[in-house]
Amino acid sequence: MKLAPFDRRTLLRAGGLAAGASATGWAMPGWAHRLAQGQPAPETLSGESITLRIGKGSLLIDGKAAKAVTINGTVPGPLLRLKQGQNLKLTVINDLDEETSLHWHGLLVPFQMDGVPGISFPGIPPHTSFTYEFPVTQSGTYWYHSHSGLQELLGQYAPIIIDPAGPDINAAPRDHVVMLSDHSFIHPAKILRNLKVDPGHYNHQQQTLGGLLAGKDQPLGQRLAWAKMRMDPTDMADVTGAVLSYLINGHGPADNWTGLFTPGERVRLRFINAAAMTLFNIRIPGLTLSVVAADGQDVQSVAVDEFQIAPGETYDVIITPTQDRAYTIAAETMDRSGMARATLAPRAGMIASVPALRERPLLTMRDMGMDMGGMSMKGMKMRDGTLAPQVKLGPGVEMINPMPIDRTGEPGLGLANVGHKVLTYRDLVALAPNPDTSAPAREIEVHLTGNMDRYMWSMDGKTMSEAHAPLPMRSGERVRITLINDTMMAHPIHLHGHIVELVTGHGDHAPRKHTVNVLPGGKVSFDMTAIPGDWPFHCHLFLHMAMGMMRIVQVRPA
Amino acid sequence: MKHLAFLTLATIATPAYAQPATAPQAAPTNEPVGTDQSPGSAEPPPIAHDHPADRYFDPKAMAAAMAATMAPAPRYTQVRLDLAEVQFRNGQNGYRWEGEAWTGDLNRFIFRSKGEGTTAQHLDSAELQGIYSRALDPWWNVQAGIRQDIRPTPARSYATIGIEGMAPYKFDVLIAAFVSDKGHLTGRIEASVDERITQHWVLQPRMEFDVAAQDRPDQGLGHGLDNAEISLRLRYEITRQFAPYIGLSYSLATGKTADYLRAAGQSPQQRSIVLGIRSWL
Repeated sequence: MKLAPFDRRTLLRAGGLAAGASATGWAMPGWAHRLAQGQPAPETLSGESITLRIGKGSLLIDGKAAKAVTINGTVPGPLLRLKQGQNLKLTVINDLDEETSLHWHGLLVPFQMDGVPGISFPGIPPHTSFTYEFPVTQSGTYWYHSHSGLQELLGQYAPIIIDPAGPDINAAPRDHVVMLSDHSFIHPAKILRNLKVDPGHYNHQQQTLGGLLAGKDQPLGQRLAWAKMRMDPTDMADVTGAVLSYLINGHGPADNWTGLFTPGERVRLRFINAAAMTLFNIRIPGLTLSVVAADGQDVQSVAVDEFQIAPGETYDVIITPTQDRAYTIAAETMDRSGMARATLAPRAGMIASVPALRERPLLTMRDMGMDMGGMSMKGMKMRDGTLAPQVKLGPGVEMINPMPIDRTGEPGLGLANVGHKVLTYRDLVALAPNPDTSAPAREIEVHLTGNMDRYMWSMDGKTMSEAHAPLPMRSGERVRITLINDTMMAHPIHLHGHIVELVTGHGDHAPRKHTVNVLPGGKVSFDMTAIPGDWPFHCHLFLHMAMGMMRIVQVRPA
Repeated sequence: MKHLAFLTLATIATPAYAQPATAPQAAPTNEPVGTDQSPGSAEPPPIAHDHPADRYFDPKAMAAAMAATMAPAPRYTQVRLDLAEVQFRNGQNGYRWEGEAWTGDLNRFIFRSKGEGTTAQHLDSAELQGIYSRALDPWWNVQAGIRQDIRPTPARSYATIGIEGMAPYKFDVLIAAFVSDKGHLTGRIEASVDERITQHWVLQPRMEFDVAAQDRPDQGLGHGLDNAEISLRLRYEITRQFAPYIGLSYSLATGKTADYLRAAGQSPQQRSIVLGIRSWL
């Protein structure tokens, strides 16, 4: 079992690209195809009984080996190809010398199968195994990953595709998983430590005096105003291309993962952002992207040229390339410090030009909730506790958003003026009416708080361990949660065990998601129907979660 | 379809799961539907203190895993040399260091040291500090501890209290007061700011003022503004952790301290070209 991947690699080296060329089965995700050189190909696993082994390994990124935690020997791990309505028994064997876990991101499973140590189960101790058992009730694109320590940052993630029990309205003759991630050649614990002792450590795109003289970035007056507030308009990503490599399906940009298509056919791309710390801007120059599902939930098809995807989110996109040429999947990081790149081509070995990184954007007053549309900002305080009485105003709270803006109609940081159509949350409309259309019985406000200068992240000014209190709900209760971003960073907030309805003006056709990105200065509301159990609720930037930007949603019988 | 699937799960897992079976249908035109409706004002339920996972797993193992999840943030450690330089000037060249090592996070224990000397006469001043630091707000820390001077002699011990942090305009500031074992009261203000010229070149203006309430003739120090220093350093960050620098430093002793220096045949003013390394681990 453990040797199998190695055998495949040997085979692949011996046979060159033969392995890839032979595997072009219908509706088979590009997963098993291995048109690029590199590590062993991840498996595709199906059926009602699946075994996964977690172990130490390595990942070849553009020819250079990085340490990794692997699932069945690969990064990403095996694709789970499941069928809606089936039962699933998953045995996870932990070959590590530390505890591990697997969480089924977006799957509605009984809470005790959710895979979060200390909340849903005790974790999987070293050199033991655990068997997850749950019915597969949904369909769509999801993923799974470790919820222990910093293992996810080391590669312990993989995709899940669940085919619907009935006909798949988005079925396409070609179906590729595009799993985005970030990986470092240094240990993530060291990255975290460097951020703690030197918060701007990985920001190598700061404003400079040289830039000022060259007329770039903010003019002097604005620079002084921001410096006075002790704010940095280039501080939009803690961890950047200075230390991360950006991967698609485990491949670096030079490895160039390639998915095949036949000109004229519909291609379904299942984008999954498994990155620990990176939001990506996705484009395929020359092609229109029809977004047909978000977080595994079908939406009315919306045509865009680009979309931003936050960690934890998934988007299913249909493209129809008609020309006999290669196309580049360009996944530029939000802060423009790097790019993941892959190719779609009629034949192996073809490449298309790769767009250059665009100029890095700057945060604005709008990202602080201070966009007054020309009104005077005099008297507006950056840290007015009366605006958020439940927030503990300690050292971990750098600001309180003075006027949170609903930014769900905006395309994401740095994409306002790119000259083409970029997806917004408001563009998403559920294909089917929502399963629960009742009015929320109450509203809970949760402030996303932080202090970049001390690298602290929390909810309502308290880390999970400081708060030590859950958000209580009644089983079946309909609750509106409003997330208010009091920081200058985007936070993708993930609620376990639920698919929630975004409040974006679409009534009973609200888009349904499991991960909701909240832009800086912004607020986002969603309605949820509480499912019994204890459910983690956290920022999916893993280091933010590790620092305490997390709560437990506690649902008990009414 | 999905709704049906939900119900399937509900029967297997938890009957209470069942969602209100609101059949979605065409609503009257003006009535808000679904997520367009406003939330009510129901009270939240009380916080429960049970652990449902205990029904499925060993409660002891659950408690241990929960304790690990709720563990407070770990401690961090840094060793930092802000200044480690040779000072070239007319007459005797000198050297100088200033740095600290700390451990903790919001609450830190800090070990500080600074000092300077001339290559001929060896050490002129050297001090060690042991400080407890506590975060006050997002930017400032309150600090208290002890300071032991090794030079000048006779060496003194001090108790110290101060604040340290980031002022508006991103100035790093340290303000501290010291009381010696002889009852002498002194104070110190340090401020510096990093101006990035490029991603690698950084210009750092820096100033330090030492003040005293009493004369301390045995140490050659007067009262009032003892010593003022203004300097400018240009560093090249080979990495963020290692940067050689070159700079100019001007220091001026005033009042009685200047008189003591003159009496000892030294100039109260010093102009230096400095060459050094800024680094942290």
